[in-house]
Amino acid sequence: MTTAISVRNLTMHYGDFVAVDGIDLEVKEGEILAFLGSNGAGKTTTIEILEGFRSRTSGEVEVLGHDPETAPLSWREDIGIVLQESEPVPELTAGESVRMQAAYYSNPRDPAETLALVGLTDSADQRTRKLSGGQKRRLDLAMALVGNPSLVFLDEPTTGFDPSARREAWGMIEALRDLGKTVLLTTHYMDEAEHLADRIVVIGSGRIVARGTADELAAQVNAQTRISWRPAAEDPRPPGHLGTRIDGQGRGVIDTADALVSLHQLTNWATELGVPLPELNVARPTLEDVYLELTSEERSP
Amino acid sequence: MKKLAMIQHQLRFDLLIFRRNPAGTFFTVVLPLIFLVIFTSIFGNNTLDNGAKVATLYVPGILTLAIVSATAVNAAITMTARRERGVLKRVRGTPVPPWIFVLSQALAGFVIAMVMTVIITLVGRILYGVELQLETLPSLLISLLLGAMGFSAIGLALTTVIASEDAAPAVTNAIFLPLYFVSGVFIPDSEVPDWVGTAGNLFPVSHLNQALQESFDPFAEGAAWPLNHWLVIAAWGVVGAVITLKTFRWTPNR
Repeated sequence: MTTAISVRNLTMHYGDFVAVDGIDLEVKEGEILAFLGSNGAGKTTTIEILEGFRSRTSGEVEVLGHDPETAPLSWREDIGIVLQESEPVPELTAGESVRMQAAYYSNPRDPAETLALVGLTDSADQRTRKLSGGQKRRLDLAMALVGNPSLVFLDEPTTGFDPSARREAWGMIEALRDLGKTVLLTTHYMDEAEHLADRIVVIGSGRIVARGTADELAAQVNAQTRISWRPAAEDPRPPGHLGTRIDGQGRGVIDTADALVSLHQLTNWATELGVPLPELNVARPTLEDVYLELTSEERSP
Repeated sequence: MKKLAMIQHQLRFDLLIFRRNPAGTFFTVVLPLIFLVIFTSIFGNNTLDNGAKVATLYVPGILTLAIVSATAVNAAITMTARRERGVLKRVRGTPVPPWIFVLSQALAGFVIAMVMTVIITLVGRILYGVELQLETLPSLLISLLLGAMGFSAIGLALTTVIASEDAAPAVTNAIFLPLYFVSGVFIPDSEVPDWVGTAGNLFPVSHLNQALQESFDPFAEGAAWPLNHWLVIAAWGVVGAVITLKTFRWTPNR
């Protein structure tokens, strides 16, 4: 398989603020890659550099064989973009919007068929101002696809959607796979990345903190068990070899691969010193927990 | 040839969008006609010494209003709204050269200005006996083209200082409404103090008005070549175009 996107040591500074701090990324042709992170993690900055909307501070970027900063206009023939925030022209109908967009490309898809692909055939003659939020997002997708691109960027395609609208959007993004498109999508929903993507890249504070398939990330997570309790302020801290830390909610946390041994050591220590372990809990963290932690740990100074 | 087809395509959509925008069509199409009716009702429509009707003198000012509204005001409001809604950013993501969208907006202004000239002179002729001299027609066309291009460039330059979609009508009105008053659009130059006319003369609205006045002047003979006025409009247009080229933004402020 050929490489659609290749990024090496990408950085982006806004004055003193480092938005992107040395990212490496590779997206293969026909692959769906999710770029997962919280708000302000650097997702949009990165995707906009790849889309050619922003220039970068340093690093090497190649998208479909070109550096986006210097690519000729014809490079855009093969790229479809759904921006994080964009409105259609309110005076036009959905059908007119797609037809207007289609003419910008040399080999566009049939506009009517593209509307059908996103399920907007019945709304083709509606003014876009009358469309619901979900319908507008589908129109965004139709306008990104009508040029018949091989690579599609989706910047937070379902943010602000209710659950049923999200399911619907997922169905459409899955249809892109059947069309053989390469897709790079950003999201801050773990379940969305898990559901849609072949591979997930987790970004926090401009750095990649984890990457792999959903299964690989889950395997890393499932190997760990989390022991936690709520220590009182005057309680002594457990000995260092247990690897205890205090999380954001003030709970004592031990992440361990060998729950039996760790638990035994903890309770032994607690019994000897007479330390109560209120709210003691032994659980397997979900992927969501780990993701939240990965991204929030990176954020704290 | 492909570029020409693209301009045609975009122009067709820009005109469609204009037609369906109630605010734009009211201020550009309906309001000038209302003014024509009001002026003739208030100031009367006497017959002049040479048989021409007084309403003929109102037409250039009303045309100026329609042209500035169809071009500068419309371009500033439309393009600011498209920028802030991400419409411009989306088209930057396509293989179309960006200048096509700018040129199409200016051409749309020219087409609307032409249509308004026809409508206003027709209504003026039917209701008030306004005459259009055939010999000044070429001069009128040049004034229209130059005015449309120049004022579109000014409108596009203005988008740079307009931060949001909501601010666009306020900023354009704050600029052009006073200019109409000092440029002989609503009140003839002869009725205002000298300094007002002098101040108005610094700006292009007054010169478009005067250029159009020469085309409609019932006492003048010949083709009317208001070169000095054209020069001022062109100079302002060039300034607008340079500012646009240097500062026009395609991405939203927020």
